[in-house]
Amino acid sequence: MVKRFFERFYIGLILVFLYAPIIILIVLSFNSSKSRSKWGGFTLHWYKELFKNQSIMNALYTTLIIAFLSALIATIIGTAAAIAINSMKKTPRTIMIAITNIPMLNADIVTGISLMLLFVALRYTLGFTSVLISHITFNIPYVILSVMPKLKQLNPHTYEAALDLGASPVYAFFRVILPDIFPGVFTGFFLAFTMSLDDFVITHFTKGPSINTLSTKIYTEVRKGIKPEIYALSTLMFITVLLLLIIINRRSADKKEPVRRL
Amino acid sequence: MKIINVLNTKAPKSNLQKNGTHNLGIRNSKWLSFPYILWMAGFIIIPLIVIVYYGMTTNDKRITIDNIASILNPINLRALRLALELSLISTIICLVLAYPLAIILRKSKMKNNSFIVMIIILPMWMNFLLRTIAWQNILERTGVINVFLKLLNLPSLNIINTPGAIVLGMVYNFLPFMVLPIYNVLIKIDKDVINAARDLGANGMQTFMKIILPLSLPGVISGITMVFVPSLTTFVISNILGGSKIVLIGNVIEQQFRVGNWHTGSGLSLVLMIFILISMAILSKYDKEGEGSGLW
Amino acid sequence: MKKLLAISALLIVMVLLAGCSDNGGEKVYVYNWGEYLDYETLELFKERTGITVVYEEFVQNEDMYPKVESEAVIYDVVCPSDYMIQKMIENDLLYAPNFDNIPNIKYIDETYLKSSEEFDPGNKYSVPYCWGTLGILYNKTMVDEPIDSWGVLFDEKYSGEILMIDSVRDAFAIALKYLGYDLNSTNEAELEEAKALLKKQYPLVQAYVVDEVRDKMIGGEAAIGVIYSGEAIYTSRENPDLEYVVPKEGSNVWIDGWVIPKNSKNKENAEAFINFMCDPEIALMNFNYITYSTPNSGAWNLIEDEAVKNSPVAFPPQDILDRCTAYRYLGEEVEANYIQKWYEAKGE
Repeated sequence: MVKRFFERFYIGLILVFLYAPIIILIVLSFNSSKSRSKWGGFTLHWYKELFKNQSIMNALYTTLIIAFLSALIATIIGTAAAIAINSMKKTPRTIMIAITNIPMLNADIVTGISLMLLFVALRYTLGFTSVLISHITFNIPYVILSVMPKLKQLNPHTYEAALDLGASPVYAFFRVILPDIFPGVFTGFFLAFTMSLDDFVITHFTKGPSINTLSTKIYTEVRKGIKPEIYALSTLMFITVLLLLIIINRRSADKKEPVRRL
Repeated sequence: MKIINVLNTKAPKSNLQKNGTHNLGIRNSKWLSFPYILWMAGFIIIPLIVIVYYGMTTNDKRITIDNIASILNPINLRALRLALELSLISTIICLVLAYPLAIILRKSKMKNNSFIVMIIILPMWMNFLLRTIAWQNILERTGVINVFLKLLNLPSLNIINTPGAIVLGMVYNFLPFMVLPIYNVLIKIDKDVINAARDLGANGMQTFMKIILPLSLPGVISGITMVFVPSLTTFVISNILGGSKIVLIGNVIEQQFRVGNWHTGSGLSLVLMIFILISMAILSKYDKEGEGSGLW
Repeated sequence: MKKLLAISALLIVMVLLAGCSDNGGEKVYVYNWGEYLDYETLELFKERTGITVVYEEFVQNEDMYPKVESEAVIYDVVCPSDYMIQKMIENDLLYAPNFDNIPNIKYIDETYLKSSEEFDPGNKYSVPYCWGTLGILYNKTMVDEPIDSWGVLFDEKYSGEILMIDSVRDAFAIALKYLGYDLNSTNEAELEEAKALLKKQYPLVQAYVVDEVRDKMIGGEAAIGVIYSGEAIYTSRENPDLEYVVPKEGSNVWIDGWVIPKNSKNKENAEAFINFMCDPEIALMNFNYITYSTPNSGAWNLIEDEAVKNSPVAFPPQDILDRCTAYRYLGEEVEANYIQKWYEAKGE
């Protein structure tokens, strides 16, 4: 019993640790004072202001579009690469995996700086495209590493059977392979999207003045004080994802249960 | 920010791959990797070459090692030492916090383990800069903790703008990267193995030392790298929670780039990369399958 | 498979095009200090002229200069301080605007144009935007003596209660002035002495800050902070216990001005932007928002609140200005020396 209690208590402590700042931010979104260090009373004002604030809305839009495009392109390139890597011999495969690991293990600051130096050396104007390219670059590995395990579980014979039955390779791919690896592809896309959304350091170094993502916008505001609208926006985003995940979780829990018992 | 794929870890291995060939049977599928190879060459390999070039040359294109040697400048050396210290401490704290948590989570009969994963990564959906700023509100002299202490008539704590605050920020931001890999390897351990050990007379401690700990080692190792590298190289956490009084190597590099000393900044980045390479080497030693599976 | 490849290729091309088509429409790239104008004015500018403002912010002059110089990004309008304008003129980075396109310069008070000549002879390159002094902001409830000297920043009594400014020239100006020297000193012995003083200050400092000082002082995090006069009106509005003072040893008076970099690609838009910023109503909007002193007499006349209009903080009386000096650009070598010494002072 005592042990049980301690375990519960421990989990509780960690959760408090993880969620305390989140609660602070949600509270701040209702603070009528513009300064983060003063409580000026409860208000919903910032939630209304938020939708009128063009620059925040622009940053949100840029963030989402970059997250979506980079995740999509990374998913396409990454899935194709995973299939190829999976059929490679040991040595080339090891090399490919090693390269894939570089952006994951490398420090963000080094990745960001090296990309910026490349763009500047090529005299490529820093802006939307440079950020997008950088995001695709650090997203591809997440896709590959999500798809690979699913490929390993595949039964190669089904694909061969499809070919033997006269299906074209493309048709066989979409009909036989893709459905089986789809959960991995989806996970990869989802992870890539999240990573892109949360990135600050790499965007910071590869962006030009013409664009701001939410992260870089927040960074410029850190010094003079974050605009309360940002807290409101983050609260909304957090709640949305929370609800979404709860729904998805419920569903997949229902679905997965029988499979687990096998 | 890095994350760990948590959803694929339970994948049971099929018998097919044990035969040694992973070949899917997609004939001539090699060309599918061309876009990827091109992309990685263009945006991973070449940029690294560019950074090496900048790090080893001066403004007027002469080759030099001064940029790299500038790490020996007492101020930079101090920043590197401090960064190493703080990131080591954070990594150890993360490990100490995460291991028991992962064990408890493994034991808990949660119906759906992705729920556990969810509650651990969910905070990441609030921007990490904002989460770090929120710690200011908690740690400040007039912050949440001190207000509570005051209510209880306890002396106030001075945490903000100290190395302790930075360590706390690191532990907070990177703890999930320690919990998840460990949890992932733990849930993969076959229950029967543990039961067998018990049946053969091993007590709890022995089971842990001889079975659980060795089997969880890959997760621990990848957790350590996933926490150590970002802690070592951060400049944001030290900026926000250290009040610019405490300068880490990440801050030095960022500052060099901010004031336009690209060559020095690149040189110092190369020094950082040595540490990253060491971590990668350690990781790959434990990653026997060569599949990056240690990470996943 | 080919389809997949084609789709991905198509997507990449589309995205690249989208990135390029970004250039459509008239634009002006503005590089300004953090929160240094009312963002609504940018919308108004677009309404009136059809020109979109691409807006970016910097923290200190020393961060801005390399970006403009490196040409990694090309800006059309920048807002450096006096000594930095002088440096940019000397290094031939600035374009002399056509003042026929900036008729609103007539609203800028003579006094400020005259002081601008110190760093921009003939007012050829810059148009004054804001000005102010450097001083101490203190919390009346946390100190028990009148604050009128830089000395409090070096007083052990206030250990942990000091927010020092993280800007090389300002930090040295404080130390030099406290020691009784010129804040444009190039004398090595004086600079060494100032560095030693700043080094001694390090353990007393709670944090090195620039813009962050605002929130921290409002929240009562520290008793004393170094701040630009423009912030003082805002901070005392948010927290009435805060008081601003220009120390008796003397301080820095500065002017920030709009300039156009030589490599600007939209020079006419840049001139239109500067002209717009000099419009009294716009200048008033900006003043009300950022509360930094405006050199725009047209805007000053429009200020309704008499207390603000005659505020000794925003518009200090002559005797205070008499003990203030402007920074001069001291040349590449001395500047590097300052920066090196500042690193060393903070490095311990």
